[in-house]
Amino acid sequence: MKVLLVDDEHELVSTLAERLTLRGIEADWTVSGEEALSLAEKNTYDVAVLDVKLPRISGLELKRRLHAKRPAMKFIFMTGHGSEEDFRNYSAETSEGCYLVKPVSIEDLIRTMNDLMKASEVKP
Amino acid sequence: MSWNWEVLSETGLQFFGKMSASISHEIKNVMAIINENAGLLEDLTVMAEKGVPIDPQRLRTQSERIMKQIRRGDEIVKGMNRFAHSVDERLRQTDLNDTLALVCTLSGRFASVRGVRLELEPPASQIPIVTNPFFLENLLWLCLDFAMGCAGAGKTVLLKAEKIEGGAKIGYSKLQDLATFDTGSFPGDREKALLQALKAELVVHKEMGELVLTLPLQAGG
Repeated sequence: MKVLLVDDEHELVSTLAERLTLRGIEADWTVSGEEALSLAEKNTYDVAVLDVKLPRISGLELKRRLHAKRPAMKFIFMTGHGSEEDFRNYSAETSEGCYLVKPVSIEDLIRTMNDLMKASEVKP
Repeated sequence: MSWNWEVLSETGLQFFGKMSASISHEIKNVMAIINENAGLLEDLTVMAEKGVPIDPQRLRTQSERIMKQIRRGDEIVKGMNRFAHSVDERLRQTDLNDTLALVCTLSGRFASVRGVRLELEPPASQIPIVTNPFFLENLLWLCLDFAMGCAGAGKTVLLKAEKIEGGAKIGYSKLQDLATFDTGSFPGDREKALLQALKAELVVHKEMGELVLTLPLQAGG
């Protein structure tokens, strides 16, 4: 599995990538939506983990642009906020359970990524 | 002239809620970074237990990162505490530079999301004013929110407080799009109610790309 991590908190996203790599998951990371789009041009990712509140491009907008480039890519949103409104908006954009509230347990994140991959394999 | 309490209450509550939500977001980010760094320390410990050699510098880096986030969290909580106490008294002596710096800190997340850089000019000297601290913070935020919207391609807002004859002024400059920006609804009801309560004046210099807020040294009450 290859994942793209996008969050404007450099230390968060770089450390998370390192921890995923230790678990055998290939992870690229960036702190900007623009660079995420550029990385997705050059690489194929199975899953993108996006912060909801990114500078300049929102998480939702980035998801739409990445999806247009890579329709097979799956998405998980991470947020510091836990409001009901956010949950409704972002859940509508993804499968149920793909909206994780920080701080995120790495086991929950990996389980969610695996569930997404399994769900995509089941689909005809 | 009586104050417009209905507008002041509503805008005040909205401001308090907006800032509280932003602060909670910042604290969540700090906790998330600590969570990942502590998690990586645990991963490295498990590897060491299995006989994998671990460079002590890696452990030192992780603990330094955790300490850095604890200091960051402490600063956020101090700012939150100061903000929360700004509603304690109707009138209080405060240093205008400190209040402006606090509002910039509280607004940092909003600026970052909009890709705007806030430049706070270092103060030449203290500017003690007697005012309603919460109303002042609310007005400074509303002006900053508007200023960020017309920062233009430069994506910078320069803020400067200075003492003037009989009062003080705060400039929001480098607003590259202000000349062409539709300022029809600014200042709106909220800003007008706060300007009245603080006995302040706001002038929009469209061609100069600057907002200037003038305050008395004693707002009365």
